[in-house]
Amino acid sequence: MTITDVELPTAVSQKFPSATPRASLDCPAFNVPVADVIGLLEFLRDARGYDFLMDLTAVDWSADKSPRFTVVWHLYSSTNHNYVRVAADCASDVEPEVPTSTVLWAGADWHEREAFDMFGIKFAGHPDLRRILMWDGYPYHPLRKEFPLAGLPADFHDPAITAETKTGLIAAPMAGGPFVAKSGEPMSASEPRAKDEAWNEQSEKPE
Amino acid sequence: MATDFSFPDTAAKAAAMPKEFESEKMSLSMGPSHPSTHGVLRIQFELDGEVVTKADPVLGYLHRGDEKIAENMTYNQFVPYTDRLDYLAPLANNMAYAIAVERLANLQVPARCQAIRVLTAEMARVSAHLMGLGAFGIDVGAWSVFMYCFEEREKLYTLFEELTGARFTTSYSRIGGLSRDVPEGWTKKVEAFCDQFLPILEEILGMLTRNKIFLDRTVGVGVISRADAIAYGLSGPNLRGSGVANDLRKDRPYSGYEQYEFDVPVGSKGDCYDRYLCRGEEMKQSIRIIRQVIKNFPGGDWYAKDAKKIFAPPKDKILTSMEELINNFMIVTEGPQMPAGEVYFEAENPKGVLGFYIVSKGGGVPWRLKIRSPSFCNLSILPKLCVGNMVSDVVSILGSLDFVMGECDR
Repeated sequence: MTITDVELPTAVSQKFPSATPRASLDCPAFNVPVADVIGLLEFLRDARGYDFLMDLTAVDWSADKSPRFTVVWHLYSSTNHNYVRVAADCASDVEPEVPTSTVLWAGADWHEREAFDMFGIKFAGHPDLRRILMWDGYPYHPLRKEFPLAGLPADFHDPAITAETKTGLIAAPMAGGPFVAKSGEPMSASEPRAKDEAWNEQSEKPE
Repeated sequence: MATDFSFPDTAAKAAAMPKEFESEKMSLSMGPSHPSTHGVLRIQFELDGEVVTKADPVLGYLHRGDEKIAENMTYNQFVPYTDRLDYLAPLANNMAYAIAVERLANLQVPARCQAIRVLTAEMARVSAHLMGLGAFGIDVGAWSVFMYCFEEREKLYTLFEELTGARFTTSYSRIGGLSRDVPEGWTKKVEAFCDQFLPILEEILGMLTRNKIFLDRTVGVGVISRADAIAYGLSGPNLRGSGVANDLRKDRPYSGYEQYEFDVPVGSKGDCYDRYLCRGEEMKQSIRIIRQVIKNFPGGDWYAKDAKKIFAPPKDKILTSMEELINNFMIVTEGPQMPAGEVYFEAENPKGVLGFYIVSKGGGVPWRLKIRSPSFCNLSILPKLCVGNMVSDVVSILGSLDFVMGECDR
């Protein structure tokens, strides 16, 4: 059964005055400057028993916001069965970078590769920071907010296929795509046909 | 039976060999359509003879961009996408996602709804483990196990079909409720299944547990130490096989799991055989839970009646009440209205811990939805685990890790 870790916020603020509580609907959460993040994670793991790195991901708050990228760690304790969330805003919006947590958990390797692949966040000190879900050489970071749902034209993963077929990837036709009405917007603006970026009355179907 | 558990460090031996015996390293690509990679996993090996000296899994062949899709549709519209994560246990995925969003909305569902969710999740666990066991059997050369498992799994799928209308992609748990109540007499059929299943399960396990060939292929192979299992964030039977008794159903009970009595099987060596034993025992425990749920089956509502802005009411209500019609229209077009905030919820799925991290800015569409998939984390240990093993042992290791690429690549 869960034992609530009541002393955690005071313990963290004593050891790391730079860490501030973060708004959360469930577990305790902390905002921490990039410089202190590894120290805080190590403290949570070794002194507070949060031994599992369950998840590591990033959030893009959209291109017009600064700081734009936040990296989020979720730790779990196998002794008191609690979670804790640690979040760090990346200093640069153009070249976001945080230190790697592979020094603490070997399992952070793939999580960080995924965050790099999807958001373009660099994890300084990562032993092998390559793309993991998309192929090497793919030019975009798909989970960034400016990347459209339909996708963007790109070359195939293999130059030989591009040479042979003389074509590349095209954006997906989104007719019939997600149908979500925004509040305060006429319904017609939300219809699949109106939202279709790649293939509608305004722009011709790609050949 | 005396068994040597010492791990043959063939890679170290190979490195210590005199230079004149050194052979050229060979590179071998296994997958993406190799039968033992259970889907579209590809592993790029570097081999010294038959010994793996380097393994580099190549993922992404089944990458659909589920997280991107989630940001572009309402919470309700995303439910069918969760079917396609771990497509061997969609009922458990639906439940995990529904509870995650309910945590965001701070919504409680009635006891009957919780009980039905537990019942279906445990049935999904049995069917997923049957599939895992059968495929593991084939990987190490035991065909008949697969046939026995599939017959039982087929019976479960017939029950799923009667309950949800679909055999595979069920979309059964919805945010704030279920897609429908349990049909009359269905729980009797589930009980009848349990009665006939246990003797057959004994038979299935009996074909492997003391099988000489199976033991040779699994005992002492692919040993994951306790420290490694924690460092790599393994979960489910793969973690428990290494002796860590983590089970969220016990440790952080959700959906009323605290009412049911069951044991958490734990391995001692962390090899392929221990992971197999854990799965076998988990099925028996799941049957125990199913029986308890049916015995104390609560009556009452099967969806949260107070969640008018979240759960679309049954069709008959929509067609007879103006207010319900408006609610339904708003839920369908604008999505269930959620408060702003962040939640992270994990459920104990058959493959391990499935987590959803939801960032909401309010409204009917998530700002960010991250899926923490157990197969992704469980596979991340492969580069370490494969090294020093024979190629044929890699097949055992992959079978024992029991992963699903639909969930790994998302």
